[in-house]
Amino acid sequence: MEITSEPASEPRRHAIWAAILNFLKYGARSDPRDPKSWFYRHKLLARITHWSNAVILCVMLMSGLQIFNAHSALYWGIASDFDHPILSMTAEQNNDGSLKGITQIGSWRFDTTGWFGASQVDGQWAVRGFPSWATIPGPQWLAMGRLWHFFFAWLFVTNGAVFAIWALASGHFRRDLKPRAADIAHLPQEVVHHAKLQFPKGEAQKTYNSIQRLTYFSVVFIIGPLIVITGLTMSPTMDAAFPILPWIFMGRQSARTIHFICAFLFLTFFIVHMIMVVLSGTWNNIRSMITGRYQIEETGHA
Amino acid sequence: MRETSRRSFIGRGLAGAATLALSGCTSLSQQPWVDTLLRSAEALTMRVQRLFAGSHALAHEYSKADIAPVFRANGTLDPGTPQYRAHAQANFADWRIPVTGLVEHPITLTMAQLRAMPSRTQITRHDCVEGWSCIGEWTGTPLKLVLALAQPKENARYVVFYCADPMTDSNGDGINDSDFYYESLDLIEATHPQTLLAYQLNGQPLAIEHGAPVRVRAERQLGYKQPKYVQAIALVESLDRIGGGKGGYWEDQGYNWWGGI
Repeated sequence: MEITSEPASEPRRHAIWAAILNFLKYGARSDPRDPKSWFYRHKLLARITHWSNAVILCVMLMSGLQIFNAHSALYWGIASDFDHPILSMTAEQNNDGSLKGITQIGSWRFDTTGWFGASQVDGQWAVRGFPSWATIPGPQWLAMGRLWHFFFAWLFVTNGAVFAIWALASGHFRRDLKPRAADIAHLPQEVVHHAKLQFPKGEAQKTYNSIQRLTYFSVVFIIGPLIVITGLTMSPTMDAAFPILPWIFMGRQSARTIHFICAFLFLTFFIVHMIMVVLSGTWNNIRSMITGRYQIEETGHA
Repeated sequence: MRETSRRSFIGRGLAGAATLALSGCTSLSQQPWVDTLLRSAEALTMRVQRLFAGSHALAHEYSKADIAPVFRANGTLDPGTPQYRAHAQANFADWRIPVTGLVEHPITLTMAQLRAMPSRTQITRHDCVEGWSCIGEWTGTPLKLVLALAQPKENARYVVFYCADPMTDSNGDGINDSDFYYESLDLIEATHPQTLLAYQLNGQPLAIEHGAPVRVRAERQLGYKQPKYVQAIALVESLDRIGGGKGGYWEDQGYNWWGGI
């Protein structure tokens, strides 16, 4: 009796896999044989570079915060005016000896104990800019943070260049990403619609709306290159090779500050991107970025 | 499964995955193969940077107005050894810098000889690996001229600088007494026109905190590649048998040998 139960589970396992694949391909509530409600939204190369970038950007951000923690202050200009940082994360000692984390932006001071300036590393309070859960590696380890950052920087540039070249060559850029005059005009109206959580339906789902175009264009073709170039401007060898680099950004320390701002624009983009993915149809969005297939909601149906 | 419980399940799953990935990156960092993999980018970075910068691209030189009122001192602020103290008391009159190793003519430079050689003065930006920058005016002897006196042999590839500042406190008395700082540059960087054995900062003899009596300036490199308190120079073919074998004190602690970024 026990022997016969083994082969019986085999088709069941196949059925489970088939169901999972079916779900990934077509979703839970749709008819796979109805081509009208399906749209091939993301091409293979876009999907691959998207997910690679997700991993790479995560490592770049977190190893970048590790490097920032080695001197957790930002300045404007060619050099560091140590008495006047535009942002700093420092720590002071309370009367009882405990640490108080202080973040200062211009002349504003905030108590950010536990988050910025002073936080716990493996249960021990430490003076550090960003907390250990946000850095790679977790504990203060500049040499290793630099190794992660400068290895993944090559991947970031390669991945971004592959996507950009493909987008330009395939027409994806011209069709879906290049900002049009109309996008600017549509922007206020679309922002209102998005704020009311009214998302495009039907045919309109087959193209990016103005907010998407402008955002994706800015992130891929402005912030992306900017973060790479400001990163290179921090390299003394690159500055010798290209004196124009520190000149463009009004100095190496300004470039470092802009690099940091770009990193947080990426982070902001990521957070808003996650919110929009969830609000505008979590599984449909995630599935379309894995399989390419996007399910169109018919207009008129609620 | 109810929608809410599914969401909280997914939320918890993502949070768990993130935690795993984070602690994963820290423990991954301790794996030798990860270290080797990440380090493999260093050669590529160096080659590409050298391709652009070549051997002669100069670091930008600033104006007097850009000089920082106080030049930030970092790393060792005072070597503190009895030998160094004695030299400091004597105003470094007896400081000698032997140049040995793979050279045709081993020489020993006195401070007077070094100062008598043609000098170069440059107002440059010092970039620390930590991220800050500071501008100062340096005066010193181009290392290239010193090397020309000693004449490196054909097989010499690196210039190693031995320093007077100990980095480790071996007996726990709070005073560093071993693991003397050392650094190395390859011949391209060592013979760069702006690479100096500097003995003045902002027109004054180097203060102890800035590396008295002599420090290296290598303006296309980060600060840790520009050792202070230089007391001996050697030309070598390989860095393997020096210190921890990685070409410098900080390199032995895991920092990149290529300090151009």
